[in-house]
Amino acid sequence: MTTSKMANLKRPNLSVEVAGIKMRNPVMPASGTFGYGEEYTPFLDLNQLGAVVTKGLSLRPKAGNAMPRITETVSGMLNAIGLQNVGIDAFIRDKVPFLSRFETPVIVNFFGNSLEEYGEVAARLNDISAIAGVELNISCPNVKQGGIVFGTDPAAASEVVSLVRSRLQKPLIVKLTPNVTDITVIARAVEEAGADAICCINTLTGMSIDVRSRKPSLANKTGGLSGPAIRPVAVRMVYQVAQTVKIPVIGVGGIVNAMDALEFLIVGATAVQVGTANFIDPTAMISVIDGIEQFCIDEGMDDIHQLIGSLQL
Amino acid sequence: MSVNRTELLKEKGEQMQNYNTIILSNQEVSPGYFRMRILAPGFGAKARSGQFLMFRVQHLLLPLLRRPFGIFRVGLLPPDCEGMPPKEYVEILYKVVGGGTRIMSELHHGDHVELLGPLGNGFTSGAVKKVKILVGGGIGLVPLYMLASELVTQSPVRLLMGGRTRDDILAVTEFERLGVETYVSTDDGSLGEEGMVTEALKRKLVRFPDAEVYACGPMPMLKAVRDICYKRGVSLQVSLEAHMACGVGACLGCVVKGAAHTEETPQYLCCCKAGPVFMAETLDWGKIDTDDKSCGGCA
Ligand SMILES: Cc1cc2nc3c(=O)[nH]c(=O)nc-3n(C[C@H](O)[C@H](O)[C@H](O)COP(=O)(O)OP(=O)(O)OC[C@H]3O[C@@H](n4cnc5c(N)ncnc54)[C@H](O)[C@@H]3O)c2cc1C
Ligand SMILES: Cc1cc2nc3c(=O)[nH]c(=O)nc-3n(C[C@H](O)[C@H](O)[C@H](O)COP(=O)(O)O)c2cc1C
Ligand code: FES
Repeated sequence: MTTSKMANLKRPNLSVEVAGIKMRNPVMPASGTFGYGEEYTPFLDLNQLGAVVTKGLSLRPKAGNAMPRITETVSGMLNAIGLQNVGIDAFIRDKVPFLSRFETPVIVNFFGNSLEEYGEVAARLNDISAIAGVELNISCPNVKQGGIVFGTDPAAASEVVSLVRSRLQKPLIVKLTPNVTDITVIARAVEEAGADAICCINTLTGMSIDVRSRKPSLANKTGGLSGPAIRPVAVRMVYQVAQTVKIPVIGVGGIVNAMDALEFLIVGATAVQVGTANFIDPTAMISVIDGIEQFCIDEGMDDIHQLIGSLQL
Repeated sequence: MSVNRTELLKEKGEQMQNYNTIILSNQEVSPGYFRMRILAPGFGAKARSGQFLMFRVQHLLLPLLRRPFGIFRVGLLPPDCEGMPPKEYVEILYKVVGGGTRIMSELHHGDHVELLGPLGNGFTSGAVKKVKILVGGGIGLVPLYMLASELVTQSPVRLLMGGRTRDDILAVTEFERLGVETYVSTDDGSLGEEGMVTEALKRKLVRFPDAEVYACGPMPMLKAVRDICYKRGVSLQVSLEAHMACGVGACLGCVVKGAAHTEETPQYLCCCKAGPVFMAETLDWGKIDTDDKSCGGCA
């Protein structure tokens, strides 16, 4: 915004609180699109973000899937990275010291291949003071129980959230998969199991074919769809979840600019995450923050909470 | 207590930057091949040969992701009017292969574009005075020009350039102007010798057995070059391609298999961060994907 315009106006309050984590504004990166934070420091100041969310971590390092791992689709991309990550020990040793140099709260996204693994990672993260909260990715298959995806079954979702809750005193955000018939059923289950907030949505499972070779575009055959293509689905799901639960909701899916983020806030999200857009414009989150502030000024709002859940029906 | 970003960048020696800039020129130099000069003050001082940039084709989200391109060269143009500093540019050389490059080919002088760079790990210059042999296949020639201009000051440099037809042989006279001895071969014999560039490499290595080799091109060519160098114990650096989304090591979409790779304990290296230039011995050649998709550089 122009400085002259700024000078005459009181800046609106953009700060929000999600799961007990205080954020200076409601904008943070989506897990897996921002590395461990360090990768984007040449382009933006981490201190300007509401929070930093890490790549999904697991108990042991994970090598990830064969390549090709990504392909572009109409207004979106499919990825099958396979949750490649350095593992919880290397994260604590190599990444936490860097992240703790910033004022911005650090949220660690994590996942497991079994209930035990989820529980163990939660216990490890609980001891690290530099971590403000955790985001539990339940879009993974339980390898010990026939590979059923925790987040697609209300009982399995409830079980994993309860277990993590029992091992963790820190704020607990649960990230939901959209690949379900009724997301409100899962949302209710994780709220009852002790989640402090819900983040939705993760990627939508998709597939794309290279017609000349007759092969799938990705080595993994299927992948997760992200980007502007999924935004209407994400807005709808955030709306439904916000109607269903009392805990705060973080909206994610296809946000590229401030107008996109506002849609999520208006349907009831307390905060938003920006994913694929970071690849297109490494300063996208800063534009989103500035744009939200400008919108509040233009609409004569002095607090972002006047916007959150302001949907007119 | 909180760290200052400027200090942090200095501490980490970060060089990359997002340029919001304009196109200076965009010309078709051979059927389907274009050279684009983009205004980029300060880019030249930071860029090393073998590095690349991520090009945002247009502000509309079509295509959605940025496209990676090697740095062909950097340079200066005289200012528009006297008293102004010269205009620093970065030049890319690209082949139209799909939607994104098609749109790029229709851009003009003055159009606004964004580029992120310089990115990745470039070539290392090797031993002074030792003969350097550069092997380029089609569009794989791109990173070799800046490399040649760096190497000619300290070693004799030879370029072996291969392509399908004469249309795929690019910028050879510019290499010659640098003082590089060039050799051309085409699959159909329409320019230079008919046949494979790898045959020429074998002959050169007989004459210069302790030469150092640098290669960029389609994966089948790189594999053949690697086999030749491996058998003879010749040092080889290769520039690889992979499908990229971020270009900065954040998405982990662009991996290639490392030398320690096995099915049980995979080793994946980030092409945009650890590469795109790798010492050949750090890669798994047995299993590197020979799929056409991993060689957008095919001529
Ligand atoms: C480090 C690096 C440097 C490169 N340097 C150059 C260069 O100097 N000049 C040049 O012409 N090209 C270069 N490429 C390849 C270039 O990025 C692709 O040709 C381009 O992204 C295709 O975009 P498109 O929208 O036209 O094609 P799309 O419509 O996206 O795809 C068309 C075809 O190109 C293939 N393709 C798409 N992206 C890539 C990719 N990243 N790598 C390989 N194949 C791809 C697709 O599989 C498809 O067959 C480089 C790639 C990398 C990774
Ligand atoms: C390359 C890539 C990697 C991702 N990795 C993770 C991950 O490790 N954990 C997770 O919970 N979500 C992951 N996601 C999902 C994103 O966090 C986000 O939910 C999704 O991409 C939708 O948002 P977007 O459309 O803004 O990208 C990943 C997405 C992408 C594109
Ligand atoms: S392109 Fe994203 S990690 Fe290499």
